[in-house]
Amino acid sequence: MSEMWTAKLRNKWQKNLPIEKLLPDDQPAYVVSWIYLFGVLTLSALAVIIATGVVLAFEGPAWYHVSHAGKFFNSLHFWSVQLFFVFMVIHLWGKFWMAAWRGNRTATWMTGAVAFVASIATAFTGYLVQTTFDSQWISFEAKDGFNSMGVGAWFTVTNLGQMLLLHVAFLPLILGVITVVHVLMVRKRGVVPPIDEVPNFLVEVKS
Amino acid sequence: MKGSKEIKHEFDAAPWRGRTKKYDIIKEGTLALAFVAVLTLVLSLLMGSPDDPPLTFKGWATSNSDNFYVTAVQELAGTSGTATYGAPYNRNADGLNVGPLWFQRWAGVTHPIDTVNDFVISPLSTQVLSTEITAALTEWKSAPDNQKLNWATSYDEAITAVEGDLSKVASGEYGPVPALATGLTAMAKSGGLDAALLSQGGFFQTDNTKQILFFGDGAYLDDAGTAYNLQGGTWGMMNETGRYPGQAWLWLYSFWYQIPPFNNEESKPIGANADVYIMVIMGALSLGLILIPIIPGVKNLPMRIPIQRGIWRQYYQAQGIKRRK
Repeated sequence: MSEMWTAKLRNKWQKNLPIEKLLPDDQPAYVVSWIYLFGVLTLSALAVIIATGVVLAFEGPAWYHVSHAGKFFNSLHFWSVQLFFVFMVIHLWGKFWMAAWRGNRTATWMTGAVAFVASIATAFTGYLVQTTFDSQWISFEAKDGFNSMGVGAWFTVTNLGQMLLLHVAFLPLILGVITVVHVLMVRKRGVVPPIDEVPNFLVEVKS
Repeated sequence: MKGSKEIKHEFDAAPWRGRTKKYDIIKEGTLALAFVAVLTLVLSLLMGSPDDPPLTFKGWATSNSDNFYVTAVQELAGTSGTATYGAPYNRNADGLNVGPLWFQRWAGVTHPIDTVNDFVISPLSTQVLSTEITAALTEWKSAPDNQKLNWATSYDEAITAVEGDLSKVASGEYGPVPALATGLTAMAKSGGLDAALLSQGGFFQTDNTKQILFFGDGAYLDDAGTAYNLQGGTWGMMNETGRYPGQAWLWLYSFWYQIPPFNNEESKPIGANADVYIMVIMGALSLGLILIPIIPGVKNLPMRIPIQRGIWRQYYQAQGIKRRK
């Protein structure tokens, strides 16, 4: 039985991430700062982005130009993206000053930083598919940077179809997977202890 | 024997065994989602979202027909921005480089654009034209390549000599070029060029590359970008039209375009190749952000600059924990 891949995966999961860690009902006493809220606020904004984005995807990129309902959902999508970045940047700065990579949490930091970069790419393609003057302008200006790196040979910012597919399918998938991995890592390792918190015996030895 | 650093590392890595408090993760998530949803709703109702319509060739040719006409001549003469761009559109320039690295040229031509045919001759060929324009088109198509180039280059140079003032252009051997530019301007004014450039003779099409590049060759798009305060020299990459916030998260990318030598195209090699240098810098900085936990010096900043004392102030006070060196 233990040789079964399924059993191995289940055992490993249960060992590293039991349900008590995944859905905890207590947390360390040091988690007492408003800065801790920005992780969950970032996730909440992402949820609103996805929900409003799905509505927009059903109707197409030009819907909001001709429909009040479309304009409303486009506005929700637009502002949730703005909030998402505000929350995420504060979360990122907070985790930096907490040195949140301590205690074997390097991969947690790295997945968070990759999620930040992936978010920028996803938002960028969103601005390209607005089908407004801004889309025309951004695509004309941005092409030079991508072309100069050779990336423009395949990532064509002036190609609405390509940008739309990347924006609604590929990039959200990448961002979603990274975000899930990041959150699972946070749950597995727990919230990093304060920098100046050390074991009692170490304090006694030093004093 | 373990040092204090190793002990601290093991302590940070181990499951927390100190005091705990009640925590309802589902309730927290639900309240956070509700808060963000309401905040988004309020902002949307109060502010709406940007919706400035895209420019059209019809608008360009109608509002500034001389500029459109001159741009059409440049497309025929091969002197426009697109015609002299290089990869990925053509091989008429080497593109940008960082020292010996010519990424742009190495990637090759993957979206070939022939400005003469793609921007002028093919669109005109889809139209029912006047006798004069039809004759000009026939004359152009039947002429040898060097003759076409001579006509278009002579006319382009004559226009440049009078700084674009079409009423002062000297007469010369321009062949059918003036008639073709006139025909394309008339086609653009009618709205026919917008559709012809997108379709390129096909039915389904989602690639706007040719339209956008043609737009960029003239002054119409650039003037509009200036009017909307979107130029690169004024942090344009992170701005949005109207009163709306743009991609503020691109501030660092935009920053480089504001300072020398990146903001001076005459400065070689960096200013003249600013796009690729800035992309390389931003790529390195992005990698640096991801790798902060293993970068000496940077990873120790939080321990040296005690902002963390403020973050955990309440806990430190309650536990009587002083700052440790």
